[in-house]
Amino acid sequence: MTAPALHISGRLEGPAGPLIAQFDATFAAGQWNVLLGPSGVGKTSLLRLIADLPCAARLTGEITATDGAALAPRVAMMAQDDQLLPWADALANVVIGARLRGARPDLQRGRALLAEVGLAAQAQRRPAQLSAGQRQRVILARTLYEDRPIVLLDEPFSALDVLTRHHMQDLAARLLAGRTVVLITHDPAEAARLAHHAWIATQAGIVPCSLPSSLPPRAAEAEETLAAQAILSRELKRCATQVPA
Amino acid sequence: MRHAGNRLGRYGLSLAVALLIWQAIVSLSAVPPFILPGPLRVGSALWSNASLLWQNALWSAGNLALGLAIGLFLGVETALLLAMSRRARWLLRPVLVAAQSVPIFALAPVLTLWLGYGMPSKVVTIALVTYFPIASALFDQLMALPRGLRDLAQLSGAQRLRETFLLRLPYALPGLMSGLRLAVVYGPLAVLIGEWVGSSRGLGHLMLLANGRGQTDLMFASLIVLALLSLGLWKGVDTLARWVGGGG
Repeated sequence: MTAPALHISGRLEGPAGPLIAQFDATFAAGQWNVLLGPSGVGKTSLLRLIADLPCAARLTGEITATDGAALAPRVAMMAQDDQLLPWADALANVVIGARLRGARPDLQRGRALLAEVGLAAQAQRRPAQLSAGQRQRVILARTLYEDRPIVLLDEPFSALDVLTRHHMQDLAARLLAGRTVVLITHDPAEAARLAHHAWIATQAGIVPCSLPSSLPPRAAEAEETLAAQAILSRELKRCATQVPA
Repeated sequence: MRHAGNRLGRYGLSLAVALLIWQAIVSLSAVPPFILPGPLRVGSALWSNASLLWQNALWSAGNLALGLAIGLFLGVETALLLAMSRRARWLLRPVLVAAQSVPIFALAPVLTLWLGYGMPSKVVTIALVTYFPIASALFDQLMALPRGLRDLAQLSGAQRLRETFLLRLPYALPGLMSGLRLAVVYGPLAVLIGEWVGSSRGLGHLMLLANGRGQTDLMFASLIVLALLSLGLWKGVDTLARWVGGGG
């Protein structure tokens, strides 16, 4: 599994008018690429377009993998919630992809992945019997089970409390290492912790941001993380007030 | 269990009070029994006509079970077909919507004309009346799969058939149950209408017969048996729905 880089360029238009005027960005292969931006700017639409999922917005431009092969079959996605089957237990939720493809689910591997995300004892529990953080870990285990080189994360940690979120961020950074990850978030702290590369999406375009030279995941309390978070917050605020005519 | 015992006691008590008031009204007002028989008289009619009531109830219940089974089967098939095929939706949905605005009960005389006075016309009436709520409640829920699960199906490369049976159908089970709840309320009504239009057997037939002969107590007794039948059916579906909805 070699993770390709992603190149996105063009113009994004929503049903009610233009969303992002003009952009050209390359998400680095095998690294965490974080796209920051205010709500409603079209971040989720971009992610859905990369995954070739139905989406109200329209892209005039292109989304390609740098190795030229088709994107959609190599993509896995983690969103906030409602991705778990409420009637099935954690293990069945991890291996559902195989059953949907008509393949024989590898239960042993499913159990091993649940153990890896720290849910070995919860394999028989249903989503309603799990905490929000545990549910996200089930989705993470499912993403790992799918074993795709490109992983798209749509604010998967934003509904969690701070400590759980930090724990999930560390876990995801460790387990998704080596894949091309695109994370969209509105949280500068998350970008400062997790990003190899970060961009801010606004109506005008998608602009790269500076980050500390150390490798992620960075400690949430570290001086450089906090400094980077402050810079990103300021940039985000500046971009948000700069509405094009 | 103590809770359930309390509830049963409470129901028993309020029922007893209602029966007592009913008997008191009849005894004090001297209404003739062919206008309003008291509960004691109805009870004795129940007892002395037990085998007649039982035979007719069995026939009605058999028709109800068969009609309900057919309505359920066809309703589920229709909902699945509509959910899986855009073309079927385009073709059949207007027909379904139009059919729902026809009071199916009104078709009972026509069905009797076509199928005769025997069992078939009753079963078809019941099947038709239960079919629509089941088909439409299940179909609505089949189409209501949340976006996250639709995405999951697409990202996993699922075909329509697997998506339907592994995701949509389990997600829509509560919808099927609410359709079934409606169906078992309408079902016994369809039994009555079917038999009133023309039949030589069944509880509805017995009610007409008793009514015509001024045996009002027997009419009430038939009504009570039918009510017990509906109640038992409703209770069964309710228990099933709780089991499905509560996740076992």
